[in-house]
Amino acid sequence: MTELIHLSADALAQQLAAKQVSAVEATQAYLDRIDAVDGAVNAYLHVNTEEALLVAAEVDQARADGDTLHPLAGVPIAVKDLIVTKGQPTTAGSRILEGWQSPYDATVVQKLRAARMPILGKTNLDEFAMGSSTEHSAYGPTRNPWDLDRIPGGSGGGSAAAVAAFEAPLALGTDTGGAIRQPGAVPGTVGVKPTYGGVSRYGAIAMASSLDQIGPVSRTVLDSALLHEVIGGHDPRDSTSLTDPVGALVEAARLGQVEGMRIGVIKELQGEGYQAGVLTRFHESLELLRSAGAEIVEVSCPNFRYALEAYYLIMPSEASSNLAKYDGVRFGLRVVPEGAATIERVMGATRAAGFGDEVKRRIILGTYALSAGYYDAYYGSAQKVRTLIQRDFAAAFEQADVLISPTAPTTAFKLGEKLDDPLAMYLNDVATIPANMAGVPGLSLPGGLADEDGLPVGIQLLAPAREDARLYRVGAVLESLLEDSWGGPLLAQAPAVPQITGRNR
Amino acid sequence: MAEITRDDVAHLARLAHIDMTDDELARMAGELAVIVESIKTVSEVAGDDVPATSHPIPLSNVFREDVVGETLSNEEALLNAPDNADGRFKVPAILDGE
Repeated sequence: MTELIHLSADALAQQLAAKQVSAVEATQAYLDRIDAVDGAVNAYLHVNTEEALLVAAEVDQARADGDTLHPLAGVPIAVKDLIVTKGQPTTAGSRILEGWQSPYDATVVQKLRAARMPILGKTNLDEFAMGSSTEHSAYGPTRNPWDLDRIPGGSGGGSAAAVAAFEAPLALGTDTGGAIRQPGAVPGTVGVKPTYGGVSRYGAIAMASSLDQIGPVSRTVLDSALLHEVIGGHDPRDSTSLTDPVGALVEAARLGQVEGMRIGVIKELQGEGYQAGVLTRFHESLELLRSAGAEIVEVSCPNFRYALEAYYLIMPSEASSNLAKYDGVRFGLRVVPEGAATIERVMGATRAAGFGDEVKRRIILGTYALSAGYYDAYYGSAQKVRTLIQRDFAAAFEQADVLISPTAPTTAFKLGEKLDDPLAMYLNDVATIPANMAGVPGLSLPGGLADEDGLPVGIQLLAPAREDARLYRVGAVLESLLEDSWGGPLLAQAPAVPQITGRNR
Repeated sequence: MAEITRDDVAHLARLAHIDMTDDELARMAGELAVIVESIKTVSEVAGDDVPATSHPIPLSNVFREDVVGETLSNEEALLNAPDNADGRFKVPAILDGE
């Protein structure tokens, strides 16, 4: 069934509609693949075998009965384990939620169910999405299918690795500072952070509420557009949800057009700190877009250099508040210390045992930034920087229709390499964070392999808020030009993943 | 900006309800000092004339109709409780003492 799992979601959907393949066959092929390689990759925390096959069988029956089905009905999908699902555990990659069963579905999960997409399982992540490598998962790191000794990116490394290793055609991710786009870049997949509010966050376990956004992970630009249209749209249960319609994203991806478009190269997101092989591939992409009729212009966003600092104040501040609810009272882990166990001592012991180092670090940092005497200097100042970043974007979008940069400054680093140096880890997100600070949409697609290490490089496109369609329009063209130059998809060049089974979930 | 000392971290850990060992406090103080050092310039970037942005795409007055929507049943709400009694969450003593 090798051919089946290599199909794009769009191609699989067409074969399903034409009854050339059944949803059960497709779902089983992915479950077999998970069984064969996930012992090596560790992309999944939970595999949802029974329910996935049941939904697939229902789709096949409905199709046989001649029912009208959603175009993606029967196309399987993986869900980042930060998004709550009824009937499956949700851990957020943390011990504090081990064994927790959500009593409700996230809105995006309800939408997947309404489209009748079989959910293959829940994917690994850095604990509470805090990290850029999935090494902060309480359940062990996910490995990059290109090189098992390297990180798959993070926090959504499980979703990206699952898609890259053909363990799922599609996945859902969440992006707070780049956690869809950066893991999209390093294993050579496509990831999209929609406009803030464009996809409901109801049922996404909150890290930093003013930055978090759910979005698609896939192997092609069109596949992300297809999934984006399924999950997007207004949700009254999320008070930050935009009331705008999702927009014609699939149409934009199918048309793909850059002629006459102005594409802005962000001066501050290249140069020092960027790996040579990343920049070489980046400049090749610019040439391809120019050859297709786009006008390449340079834009300056001088305040982007403060984005990382401001992010590392806003994000921990919001996270420290959001994570206050894990106190051992209503759900999750409870640790009762020896002696006089007051609820206050239970909280202290529970959170000490349930949270990992990075989560504790960010809670303490956030508590510090929000404490009396520091609030104005830290959180208040960071919010002002946010305004300056929005102004930079507004000025840049006066000169360009979309902006472009490398997604991450380097290719995938080795597992453990940056674990003891939180600051070096944080620098991975330098190119992706500005979009979260301003709420604008971003897309990462594979831009080729870096010469020095043969690992995937990501190209990031950014568009003004509510203009997500532009990402797909430009992304589809660049993808097609690049694939012509490679003679096929980049993932076709990935080495075979060693077949290691033996993990029981 | 003030330095972050081990005692500061101990105080913050108490506020955040996270028990920490001496080793953890010392390590966290060192790591936080490096992080705080690198982010302190934020306060020098923007002047008083720059307004703060709390939310990337501001919406105002997001209301819904005042009708009863879906709620969790008592059983569902208690499904994941570490301990419960009489349909409520059960916790150890709230107050210290005999």
